[in-house]
Amino acid sequence: MNDMASNTRDNLLMVVFTAAVLTMPIWLTPIGAGYPDLLQKFAIFGIFAVGFNILFGLTGYLSFGHAAFLGVGSYTAVWTFKLLGMNAVPAVFMSILFAGIFAAAIGYISLRRAGIYFSILTLAFAQMCYNLAYSVLTPITNGETGLRVLNSDPRIFDRMFPSQDTDGVLLADFFGIELTGYQGFYFCAVLLIIAFYVSLRIFRSPFGMMLKAVKSNQNRMNYTGLNTRPYTLAAFVISGMYAGLAGALLCVTDPLAGAERMQWTASGEVVLMTILGGAGTLLGPILGAALIKYFENIFSAFNEGTLQSFFSFLPESLREITVSVSSLFVGEGWHLTLGVLFMLIVVFLPGGIMEGIRRLIALFGKRGPGDGAEAKKAGALPAAAE
Amino acid sequence: MDAILLQILNGLDKGAAYALIALGLTLIFGTLGVVNFAHGALFMLGAFCAVAVHQFLTLEKIALDPDKTTAWGSPLEIRTPYIEDWFGDFGATLIDFSVPVSILVAIPVMLIFGLAMERGLVRFFYKRPHAEQILVTFGLAIVMQEIIKQIFGANPIPQPAPEDLRGMIDFGAMIGLDAGAVVYPWWRMVYLLFSGLMIGGVFAFLQYTTFGMVVRAGMADRDTVGLLGINIDRRFTVMFALAAIVAGLAGVMYTPILSPDYHMGMDFLVLSFVVVVVGGMGSLSGAVAAGFLLGILQSFASMNEVKAIFPGIDQIIIYLVAVVVLLVRPRGLMGRKGVMET
Repeated sequence: MNDMASNTRDNLLMVVFTAAVLTMPIWLTPIGAGYPDLLQKFAIFGIFAVGFNILFGLTGYLSFGHAAFLGVGSYTAVWTFKLLGMNAVPAVFMSILFAGIFAAAIGYISLRRAGIYFSILTLAFAQMCYNLAYSVLTPITNGETGLRVLNSDPRIFDRMFPSQDTDGVLLADFFGIELTGYQGFYFCAVLLIIAFYVSLRIFRSPFGMMLKAVKSNQNRMNYTGLNTRPYTLAAFVISGMYAGLAGALLCVTDPLAGAERMQWTASGEVVLMTILGGAGTLLGPILGAALIKYFENIFSAFNEGTLQSFFSFLPESLREITVSVSSLFVGEGWHLTLGVLFMLIVVFLPGGIMEGIRRLIALFGKRGPGDGAEAKKAGALPAAAE
Repeated sequence: MDAILLQILNGLDKGAAYALIALGLTLIFGTLGVVNFAHGALFMLGAFCAVAVHQFLTLEKIALDPDKTTAWGSPLEIRTPYIEDWFGDFGATLIDFSVPVSILVAIPVMLIFGLAMERGLVRFFYKRPHAEQILVTFGLAIVMQEIIKQIFGANPIPQPAPEDLRGMIDFGAMIGLDAGAVVYPWWRMVYLLFSGLMIGGVFAFLQYTTFGMVVRAGMADRDTVGLLGINIDRRFTVMFALAAIVAGLAGVMYTPILSPDYHMGMDFLVLSFVVVVVGGMGSLSGAVAAGFLLGILQSFASMNEVKAIFPGIDQIIIYLVAVVVLLVRPRGLMGRKGVMET
């Protein structure tokens, strides 16, 4: 690999990516996604998916329990708010730390097995966490109600520097700047850029190469006398920390943590995002996350009325049919769209959107092989370590 | 003693459901080598066959009774199901027994659905990695449950057991213990017997028919069976449909125990997968044994005495067992050597 050239390209990618993320409020407005709540979700789930991709995309280990780390991150963040105060920085650090420790413990056990057994072990652990959070751990997690910050909580630093007006709703802040709306989005966006940069460095590092080798043929790695476990464990912990960060940010933008975040459907969702975008690619997971969150917010807001006006160009009888069919897929039924989309992607385009883009580029023959190097790996989905 | 017996009985009916789903999962995995995440959705589909049949049977004819009026002064409506109108007492019985009757509907529905699913989707995934099989069937499961949600709504729809089977059975008195010590709902007993029959039927089919023999040979060595000039793929397709029927009937009969809603399949699927793994991937008897075992363990863990010692154990016992089994006996309780060992 030509180091100089690839370095320049990486730097260029970083610059373009940074610019794109920071200007999202501008260029996403025309398609109706330019409001802070949704943009925050893009950034947060982007981080989650990027982290998941480090495990699944690089090593091929399909974890079905990543939502547990998201939940742990959320709970840690809220507890940090409760104990230390509403500053977001300690909360983020504590969440990453705790999610990391948690991931180390779960990964140490789960990674003894590979393939489908690994999936089921992680699923089992995540379900355990979810069930415990709902039942026995209620003193810590506040069960079904969800954990939130109360005015009566210690919040040591807030008490020391009582700058904030203490009545009203408590919101997370960044040294005095309240993290709601666009401030909240930019806080998440900066972290997304950092997270993306770290993931880029991991992809390019010898460590990343090692992980890719694990994916392509773990047996051969073992035969050469190399113990792959530390590498996969490191990847697992890193991706758990990403999930913890995402969980913390969910609480930074809305200081409430609930157990449903740990349910296995949430784990399924991040898998979906990664696959949709393209597992093993750098940008894919972020695209997938944004797309799914976009669907969720925009499509679920559709109703019969909007559909009627949307199809108003059709003749009366045809319109009724079109509206009644398509109304199954929007509003309440957006999950159906998601499921159909998911199946179509897995059946026809297992490499996800990035693979699709690569094919399109190859079709028009402009910048074929060089640019496709990234996406090509996505084509070979994990055989989950023989 | 009484308490232990009661817990075993309580565990058995849930275990029976696990065992039936896990049996189907293992059949599909053992024959086609496909990890079917939509199997829970098949269970759910079966349950909704029962719902649909019940709703169909209770379609009502509305007549006005001119002599009586309601409190608001409008004529009193008399609602009689058409079926009662036409067939009299037989119709009433039919409605009462709607759940067992639904079996007759569920078998063809599940058969057709299973065949369509295998031919239309699953067969393209034989050679693809397990991760993709998991993902595509997971997508299918989402689609199925969303469609059911569109049709039947999101709320659980309770299904009545037949009138005669609604009460409790004094099981303790039957085997010589004190009367009233071990009482058990009739329907759960029926479910137990039914699942025993189903499991026995599947095993007998595999063991004592030529078709079953070929399938077993195919499970052991697919290529050789193919070389002998047998169309093994078609037989495996039939096995897929059979697994779908088993899951569907398990769902039909479970409706009086648990009111079906659209995501019941997912809840059972996660546990059934754990059951399959604990039993040993590809081992039919392992799946059945592990299903009952985990059902009983779960029921013991929800005893108050146990919960007092280990709070919350009832929530996690199955997963805990799975973790321990996978670490100590990686192949599962009865796993065969060479089947999905990694």
